[in-house]
Amino acid sequence: MSSTQTSFLKISHLRKSYGSLEILKDINIEIEEGGFLVLVGPSGCGKSTLLNTIAGLEPITSGDIAIDGRSVAGLHPSKRDIAMVFQSYALYPNMTVGGNIAFGMEIRGVPKEEREKAIKQVADMLQIGHLLDRKPGQLSGGQRQRVAMGRALVRDPKLFLFDEPLSNLDAKLRVDMRTEIKRLHQRMKTTIVYVTHDQIEAMTLATKIAVLKDGVLQQFGSPAEIYNNPANMFVADFMGSPAMNLLKAKIEGNGSGVAVSLARHQADPLVLSVPNAPGGLSAYSGKEVIFGIRPEALTDPDGADRNARTLGEGDCLIEVVEPAGADTFAVTHLGGKEIVARLRADVRITAGQTARLAFNLDKAVFFDPASQLRIA
Amino acid sequence: MSAPSPDNVISHNRLTRALIYTALILFAVYYLLPLYVMLVNSLKPLEEIRQGGMLNLPQVWTIEPWLQAWSTAQIGVQPTGLRPFFINSILMVVPAVVISTIIGALNGYVLTKWQFRGSNVFFGLLLLSCFIPFQIVLIPMARILGMLGLAGSLWGLILVHVVYGIGFTTLYFRNYYENFPTELVRAAQIDGASFFQIFYRILLPSSGPIIVVSVIWQFTNIWNDFLFGASFSGANTTPMTVALNNLVSSSTGVKEYNVHFAGAILAALPTLIVYIVSGRYFVRGLMSGAVKG
Repeated sequence: MSSTQTSFLKISHLRKSYGSLEILKDINIEIEEGGFLVLVGPSGCGKSTLLNTIAGLEPITSGDIAIDGRSVAGLHPSKRDIAMVFQSYALYPNMTVGGNIAFGMEIRGVPKEEREKAIKQVADMLQIGHLLDRKPGQLSGGQRQRVAMGRALVRDPKLFLFDEPLSNLDAKLRVDMRTEIKRLHQRMKTTIVYVTHDQIEAMTLATKIAVLKDGVLQQFGSPAEIYNNPANMFVADFMGSPAMNLLKAKIEGNGSGVAVSLARHQADPLVLSVPNAPGGLSAYSGKEVIFGIRPEALTDPDGADRNARTLGEGDCLIEVVEPAGADTFAVTHLGGKEIVARLRADVRITAGQTARLAFNLDKAVFFDPASQLRIA
Repeated sequence: MSAPSPDNVISHNRLTRALIYTALILFAVYYLLPLYVMLVNSLKPLEEIRQGGMLNLPQVWTIEPWLQAWSTAQIGVQPTGLRPFFINSILMVVPAVVISTIIGALNGYVLTKWQFRGSNVFFGLLLLSCFIPFQIVLIPMARILGMLGLAGSLWGLILVHVVYGIGFTTLYFRNYYENFPTELVRAAQIDGASFFQIFYRILLPSSGPIIVVSVIWQFTNIWNDFLFGASFSGANTTPMTVALNNLVSSSTGVKEYNVHFAGAILAALPTLIVYIVSGRYFVRGLMSGAVKG
């Protein structure tokens, strides 16, 4: 396609059910050519099923999937111009690495010389040239991962599908391969759909993230949108590590603006004025809302963001201090819940004592406690 | 197999060991004794057997009984020996084993990787055939073979054995393929492989152990079958087991025990060879589903 504005992969009103059990409920997602779409959610949310429907490995109940302007619903997987990397790598155990990479071409009747050339090219790119004559059983996890990617790359498809490709690797290798996948994407500029349950993978790789839960698309947007403007409490809680603090707060109208009142342990409530509060919040005056603030927006006053327009401050009883090297995490109680603050590494703070914390209220978000939706 | 580990269940106490080995040797002797009797007596002339001393080694060694059993012994009315019937059995067993194994493998493939509505019920019905006693189906089967025009023919016998074997072979292959990663099938689908290409390029190369299990099981069962052979074979299609019976139970003339012994060993030889050649795969294949690494 010529223009990058038109959507390259378009999923519209997609539904999928097994009998009376609905797995995917009215999914609408579009991604431009060269984009990196990450489907993220807890296990059982339907993300892998969604990927399988894109691949054509599972039929859809209704709706449509279009790749590059062409509807592929009902097409056989091999006719969709896609390649897929599986969680278990799914390397054919009886074939060599070279045989694995070339199997698709062999089936399509590509001549031998051409196959050899393609194998060599991909092997060079992934640095697996020395492994071509080995069987998958003789490879390490990282090498199998590369071969699986090689088998996908050699097809030069319109769309790459990755089904939790890094979940079987150990922590360090996972980070390395993550970088490698990102580098590969930048070089190949092929559109990718990537399934993971790891929100850090989602944040680092994606140009667009789709958060799913129970077969419902919770939010679809860029990583920054998802992170900073979560549409509901589920997205807010799921994305980010440590997770966003979500605590009960009471809204008090104070003439000019709005203030939140947070219950404190053995002390008066902490009242923070929020001059730039979203318009919808004034309707909640006198009522309870859920106040969301990420650990990094809750710091020691010296470590607070200097560009923040509204900083609130308050004394909190610090219960636990967890130095993590680059940062120090402090746990306190607010709004009846344990909450985490992310402080500078060398901050002087002791458990069991009261310390002053700064709230970056620019970054604070509010949710309706009943509907769990964001208050705009 | 696995090396003996220090936490072996059986203690390494010498006395315990001795007891275990004594028991094992006793059982082995008890089990091997008939074979020994058959073997030594098949190598004696008839007069020597008549003198008694079944357990003695031959005073005069001879392979004459073997040659007789193979090519000249009186079976029924003809002095043909067991050879033509041995050939009948081979002609019956080989196609029956091959066909039932292939169908079982295909069934297992479909029942695990291409499940359809009611496939589990279908599998249950197939399993049922493993539990139906042979005698029940004799008369309906005879009717059907007659209707198909296969009564008394080798292909009729092959059909009976294939039909009876499918239940077991399907069970073996289904359970084996149940553990075969479905993602491999999906990867092959994306690579554009067809239903049969996936079967023989991806699944079959990994099916060695279970094929061995299926072949041994089918071979021994079909080779040793007497009931179907006696019921459905014609004069020219009698299998080895039935012929052996005719040889041994012939009521006229002298009972040539040495020839009978030789014939019985000849009849047992093929299954013995199959076990010896592929027996270790048999155990490995039966276990491979259970202890998948």
